[in-house]
Amino acid sequence: MESLSTKEKTSKDCNGDSVFENVVRAPDVPVYAVMVAYSKDPSPVKLNLGIGVYRTEDGKPHVLNVVRRAEKLLLDDVSATKEYLPITGMAEFNKLSAQLVFGADSPAIKENRVTTVQCLAGCGSLRTGADFLAKHYHQHTVYLSQPTYGNHPNFFLAAGLTLKTYRYYDPITRGLDFQGMLDDLGSAPSGAIVLFQVCSHNPTGVDPTLHQWEQISQLVRSKGLLPFFDNAYQGIVSGSLDMDAQSVRMFVTDGGECLVAHSYSKIMGLYGERVGALSIVCKTADVASRVESQLKLVIRPMYSNPPIHGAAIVTAILKDREMFDEWTVELKAMINRIIHLRQQLLDALRDRGTPGDWSHITKQVGMYTFSGLNAEQVAFMAEEYHIYMSSDGRINMAGLSAKTVPYLADAIHSAVTRSV
Amino acid sequence: MDSSSVFANIVRAPEDAILGVTVAYNKDSSPDKLNLGVGAYRTEEGKPLVLKVVRRAEQMLVNDNSRVKEYLPIVGLADFNKLSAKLIFGADSPAIQENRVTTVQCLSGTGSLRVGAEFLARHYHQLTIYIPNPTWGNHTKIFGLAGLSVKAYRYYDPATRGLDFQGLLEDLGAAPSGSIVLLHACAHNPTGVDPTIEQWEQIRQLMRSKGLLPFFDSAYQGFASGNLDADAGSVRMFVADGGECLAAQSYAKNMGLYGERVGALSIVCKTADVASRVESQLKLVIRPMYSNPPIHGASIVATILKDRDMYNEWTVELKAMADRIISMRQQLFDSLSARGTPGDWSHIIKQIGMFTFTGLNTKQVAFMTKEYHIYMTSDGRISMAGLSSRTVPHLTEAIHAAVTRSG
Repeated sequence: MESLSTKEKTSKDCNGDSVFENVVRAPDVPVYAVMVAYSKDPSPVKLNLGIGVYRTEDGKPHVLNVVRRAEKLLLDDVSATKEYLPITGMAEFNKLSAQLVFGADSPAIKENRVTTVQCLAGCGSLRTGADFLAKHYHQHTVYLSQPTYGNHPNFFLAAGLTLKTYRYYDPITRGLDFQGMLDDLGSAPSGAIVLFQVCSHNPTGVDPTLHQWEQISQLVRSKGLLPFFDNAYQGIVSGSLDMDAQSVRMFVTDGGECLVAHSYSKIMGLYGERVGALSIVCKTADVASRVESQLKLVIRPMYSNPPIHGAAIVTAILKDREMFDEWTVELKAMINRIIHLRQQLLDALRDRGTPGDWSHITKQVGMYTFSGLNAEQVAFMAEEYHIYMSSDGRINMAGLSAKTVPYLADAIHSAVTRSV
Repeated sequence: MDSSSVFANIVRAPEDAILGVTVAYNKDSSPDKLNLGVGAYRTEEGKPLVLKVVRRAEQMLVNDNSRVKEYLPIVGLADFNKLSAKLIFGADSPAIQENRVTTVQCLSGTGSLRVGAEFLARHYHQLTIYIPNPTWGNHTKIFGLAGLSVKAYRYYDPATRGLDFQGLLEDLGAAPSGSIVLLHACAHNPTGVDPTIEQWEQIRQLMRSKGLLPFFDSAYQGFASGNLDADAGSVRMFVADGGECLAAQSYAKNMGLYGERVGALSIVCKTADVASRVESQLKLVIRPMYSNPPIHGASIVATILKDRDMYNEWTVELKAMADRIISMRQQLFDSLSARGTPGDWSHIIKQIGMFTFTGLNTKQVAFMTKEYHIYMTSDGRISMAGLSSRTVPHLTEAIHAAVTRSG
């Protein structure tokens, strides 16, 4: 048959508007907007404290030595292929990840009551867990701490779940509103899902004490609430992987069920490789096995199976005693730098006589300080001092250095003392 | 803690049909076993293949101590996106030059399809997608979970083991205006049956006249004929007419990057402004799914595509894979002809790409698995990439036995 000439084709077939003409421009994600503003700023003294990644004392991105070592080892392995992983990911990676979170001697693991599936970092683990719960769990309400990580609501909303909040941060004490938390969880409907952060609460840096965790777990179990843990900072609070996991392990020791989204982004600096795992601790091995079969039905139509590279790096490190130890040493060094910076910043503010109680800077734990600065003060600091942070006043301590602490202290002092 | 599990009533899900074949294969202890299930390339020795150029690119990347592991943007690696668009649409594509294409890195073909489908479910006015009958087993689930309603259009004609072109035109002709239509860019999975260029042109005209929205699944560019441009012909035809379309691109097969999950979703729009708005909304689909895509695989692809030498090296290795598959087709056909196996087996050399839709029924497939330890999907689809000169005789025997046995 004859085909139409090009001219005829174009004029006949494709008139009219775009079928996407009415698509509205989506606003930039707030945290990315901060990054964009920072990168556009030409000031030589600009400081990016809005990011959620670790930086060295020189302000540079940091790839752990043990990670580079592992990558080179993988490269030398000529028997390694790029075949599809199973839907649930790399088996050894899953085993080791479960051991890392729950402890190698965890009865839940020994009894095969835990299913662990490799996912795309913490985010992917949360979304996979949310989709699974939306499909298979009878209660579709999720309680998030007030405040919480900016992206948390999105995973659950995308899965079709309903959101509620529980009181968490007390702006007056800049610590935990424990009574409020217990009251709100206490009045949640039986069976509701509750999102907890294992440690190094993002954005507040405020974690419950072990004793408070005990009370929380008793309340959760008595009300039949389903705990979903976001574990993105294990090891980043104290430098001890076991200590930092105590909260979640408490909920497993009691024999009950829970979900855990685990991320290697910060703790192994693997950010862009998207490495994580979702674990679901169940009552019996048979339930865990059925749950795993259904998790596959969530994952397969999303992206089929997870990426090899990051998981291979993690596996190489976790399974080798020497590399594991090297990792914990590097992790401890990262944490110590952050802890020193906290002290330095507190001291600098006290030296300046900056009004207010700044002790929360050293009381809060992990990567972030919830400074207590308000949106106006934050904007002032960006404009006058070229210091960028998220508008809720969250500062990434890892973005600081001994050199830049004084500058930040000056800026905070200025922001707090200026007459409006 | 006496109560039963909150998940006590969860039903055990059946094993994935395609991946389940490999599970069964792995359990089989027979030395003669043959895995013709999953569409992953195998060498003549039956081994998985990592392309030399991929190893070279990986070496460069891993040994470069200035490289970091920072989060990619939500839309992925910019270089990778640009190069991927050029690969599928052609470097000189006016749509690219006019900035009318938004390309976002996704998790291989599956991830690209899912992101595209979720975007359409939220922003497009017609939520029905037409998929060919048959199609890749995962398509229905992807679109269904994204919130689209799935219908089928006639595609494969079992009588001719070719294209039911008339049925295709009728079904697309009867589709409501604006419906989304899934098209396999080349090397249709599972049938291996592709429209001719002339047939593509008729399909294009029909679709444009009915305002049907094309959504291409391009998982085999370069793998079908050995030529990257030729294999993108169908997609480019639809872009050349100035209209809009979506394209999900995978590097799993053509760069052998399977498990690294590398792909891209492109949306070709009427104007640059629309493309830009569309991209902003794609971010809102991706962010609550996994935030941002993985670096490694996309970096390998970008490294290869942007270096003239490495690109050429890739095309040579790609052609070698495609050629080996084409030669397997010929060998199997010749072998069945020599054996005198009843039936017309010419479809083996007419069909294109990694798979042959043998025409064997489920009973015959089960028989071949049980008696000959040959594994394939129950629809009779075999992966030619899983064959070798050494194993063709065994497969021939099995097919012969299956079609000649009584009962």
